[in-house]
Amino acid sequence: MAAVSAPAGVGSDAHAPVVERPDFQIVPRAGLPIVAVVLILAVVGIAVNELWPLMFMHVVGGASWTIIDLFLGFVLGPIIGRMSIPARIEFTTRFMPKMVLIMPTVVTVTLAGGWQLATKLGYNQTSYPLHGWVVASYIVVGIMAVIALGLLEPANIAVLVELKKPQPNPAVIERLMKRFLYTAGATGAMQVATFVIMTKLASG
Amino acid sequence: MSERRLPPVTQVGMLSLALILAGGIYLSSHIPDHVALGPAVILLCASALLLVGNLASLARVKGFAWQRFFEIARWALLAYVIVSGMIEYAFLRDSLSGGPLVVLTLSLVVFAVHVPVLIAFTVARYAEA
Repeated sequence: MAAVSAPAGVGSDAHAPVVERPDFQIVPRAGLPIVAVVLILAVVGIAVNELWPLMFMHVVGGASWTIIDLFLGFVLGPIIGRMSIPARIEFTTRFMPKMVLIMPTVVTVTLAGGWQLATKLGYNQTSYPLHGWVVASYIVVGIMAVIALGLLEPANIAVLVELKKPQPNPAVIERLMKRFLYTAGATGAMQVATFVIMTKLASG
Repeated sequence: MSERRLPPVTQVGMLSLALILAGGIYLSSHIPDHVALGPAVILLCASALLLVGNLASLARVKGFAWQRFFEIARWALLAYVIVSGMIEYAFLRDSLSGGPLVVLTLSLVVFAVHVPVLIAFTVARYAEA
């Protein structure tokens, strides 16, 4: 456990009480073999190019992505916002390293499987009758990617690097966590558009 | 928490990423038809200019935590070079060639540089110089 000076109020870290945070790895090495297995299965699924594995990758990955985003943005986010600073720091320390591995893996499997599925079924051809809906899904995913790459992922890494410091600044952690949760909520809200598009494509 | 004045690296970076994604969506939405490359080239050039502008404005910041920036940027760059390499491999496997391949490859270069810059900037802005 490491000591963290927690301010009495946000914006001031003078004369702050010291709280404990658990030791952690920014990228949890124990999770890397699991990520490797999932990615290898994704590559095999694409190489085999059969309908079921591609559908499995896209649906399970997409469901996981959507559920995590919505749960994080609309359920966990408000709860974390009401936690005490020491509790927030402890939660962040245990939670954020897992997100470094989970989200990129889930997103990669969903998008890679989805593209291959669209190629196999001819959905990404201009001749497909619902091609406009497919292009709409590209746009929704594009907006989510810009938010995730520009705001969410940098905040995720930055909060972990801050927590690794001998004396992390709780105000910085709070600011970055707020950014992480708001952007997760925004992408979660955009998942509603994905629901509309995907159910339309599935029902024809 | 004191906030030092920094150029809008994140906002400019997100705009740059949005432009190359728009180019990619434009090209992929025309498969398998012939597509005019002009709009995608314009979007790519604008995105690359924003990347150069971002790096130039950041380079002029005095007292920035460059050591921390490069420490994070090099690992992020490694990760995004691998990601971009995999996407490039998929392009080649899908028999993409000619102008669209050049545009998408250069878009991947901008992507592979700009995302690590955004990650490293976000970390380094809260670090001591």
